[in-house]
Amino acid sequence: MTFWKRFKKNKLALLGGIVVIFLFTIAIFAPAITPYDPNAINVHNILEPPGFTHPFGTDDLGRDILSRIIWGSRISLSVGFVAVGISTLIGVILGALTGYYGGWVDLVIMRFVDIMLSIPTFFLLLAVIAFLEPGISNIMIVIGLTSWMGITRLVRAEFLSVKEREFTQSARAIGAGDMRIIFRHILPNSLAPVLVSAVLGVAGAILTESALSFLGIGVQPPTSSWGNILTIGKDNIEIAWWLSVFPGVAILVTVLAYNLLGEGIRDAIDPRMKL
Amino acid sequence: MVIYFAKRLLEMIPTIIGITLISFFIIHLAPGKPTDILSELNPKITPEAREKLEKYYGLDKPIIVQYGIWIKRLVKLDFGESFSTDKRPVWDKIKERLPITILINVLSLVLVILIAIPIGVSSATHQYSLYDKITTVVVFVGFAIPTFWLALLLMILFGIYLDWLPISGIKSLNYDSLSTVGKIRDMSSHLIMPVLLGAFGGLAGLSRYMRSNMLEVIRADYITTARAKGLSERAVIYKHAMRNALLPVITILGLSVPGLIGGSVIFETIFAIPGMGQLFYMSVMTRDYPLIMGVLTIGAVLTLIGNLLADAGYAIADPRIRNR
Repeated sequence: MTFWKRFKKNKLALLGGIVVIFLFTIAIFAPAITPYDPNAINVHNILEPPGFTHPFGTDDLGRDILSRIIWGSRISLSVGFVAVGISTLIGVILGALTGYYGGWVDLVIMRFVDIMLSIPTFFLLLAVIAFLEPGISNIMIVIGLTSWMGITRLVRAEFLSVKEREFTQSARAIGAGDMRIIFRHILPNSLAPVLVSAVLGVAGAILTESALSFLGIGVQPPTSSWGNILTIGKDNIEIAWWLSVFPGVAILVTVLAYNLLGEGIRDAIDPRMKL
Repeated sequence: MVIYFAKRLLEMIPTIIGITLISFFIIHLAPGKPTDILSELNPKITPEAREKLEKYYGLDKPIIVQYGIWIKRLVKLDFGESFSTDKRPVWDKIKERLPITILINVLSLVLVILIAIPIGVSSATHQYSLYDKITTVVVFVGFAIPTFWLALLLMILFGIYLDWLPISGIKSLNYDSLSTVGKIRDMSSHLIMPVLLGAFGGLAGLSRYMRSNMLEVIRADYITTARAKGLSERAVIYKHAMRNALLPVITILGLSVPGLIGGSVIFETIFAIPGMGQLFYMSVMTRDYPLIMGVLTIGAVLTLIGNLLADAGYAIADPRIRNR
């Protein structure tokens, strides 16, 4: 059976994929589909509950929550993809080096991985981000720089097993150099688990970004992100439930969709893959 | 056994040095200095006064020298003094906040084990049943819910609409006037939501992990053998299968420690709990270098202890390792 046929049979994964496409569409066409300017302050409509004019209500400055959530999806998607791009790049390079060369290279890099894994990640994130100017590009970079360890381990394990296979040895026998063997022969054979963990990683990065923005050290207002709408929700928790409910649902649905999609891809490639 | 653990303890030392070295460099090389904040508060501060201030804190020396001084004091378990106006020793500040964070995390971990393992086992033994499907969906949603959002929802529901539980701090204002029983009740009512939320993060992952382990073990030959010799299903599942499926779970629990400690920043800030997470948040905001380094080091040590305990648990549970 082909990959697509197996993937199609998994209804939940398909649903995840559709939601991901839907979210992309929303993010791309945000300016056209939002009913209001997400940053338009309206003092006459402060903390208005959900209704006909404002389906998700308004915040403490009278801004329309639906519009802010739609614009927030741009932030989430870009943070998710850039952060995962960075962590995957680092992970693939380091993993390939350790898995292929072994020896002291392996020893040094894996020790470094162990050290990074022993520092509570959220502490490290907080320390670095609070020192830099908080803002979307720094968030992306820092999340990427603190989440490459899993992919490194994964790629290393793949390399260790693929390295010994016959096609790698025959490539070496006909005189291919290290770089050629790594990039042309081993890496393409290890890409499936990397893809799966990257899709799952997008979900993780989106969660991290929202938590940081919620704590006030992520995306800064007036730029709207799902996390910083929730901060306003917390400040008005006793009077405006809608500020706390809708952005959270958006995060939940997005993260769930990426997880379902990732697991679906994994099951369709190889159900026994351990991730 | 003893030699094995002695070796593991010795191995922790280079790791701790590595962790502190990396953290120290990241923190000190990041733009902005603690003196910036002090001078922002006082615009009249002269460049000379600033230099004096930097000298006072030892920030004028090369970074590697600063690290040398820091690590030399650490050997004597001296984390230095906080940069904040009270200038108290860092260790004193951490000491008064450590117990509450450890208490919440240990309770959460116990809760995770008590709930996740039975769920994992039963959904594996009833694979593809309605129960299994429901737990799978719940687990997926659990993976995707941001804990800080769940915290807000629980605060709205139990703290505001139902008014059953307090939503901030660890004790009420009248705590000191309560009887011993009253004190325990008061504190537990404050801790219920933080502990539940702490557990929630690990619940989904662990039950899923337990399920897949059980599914693998159930198909092993020795389970068929156990059934063939006529053991009851109960004995097969709980004595033969579950014990073997539990082994890798112990490692996972050890690995979950940094996540738990990191997560404490989030709900300690939300629920205003005076623990390590909140301390760290405040120290980062004020660029209190010694305090940041102190909390990071303690966090890393706790993580390493967690891993060591997990290995010890593994060795106790698995005779193949114990007798090595």
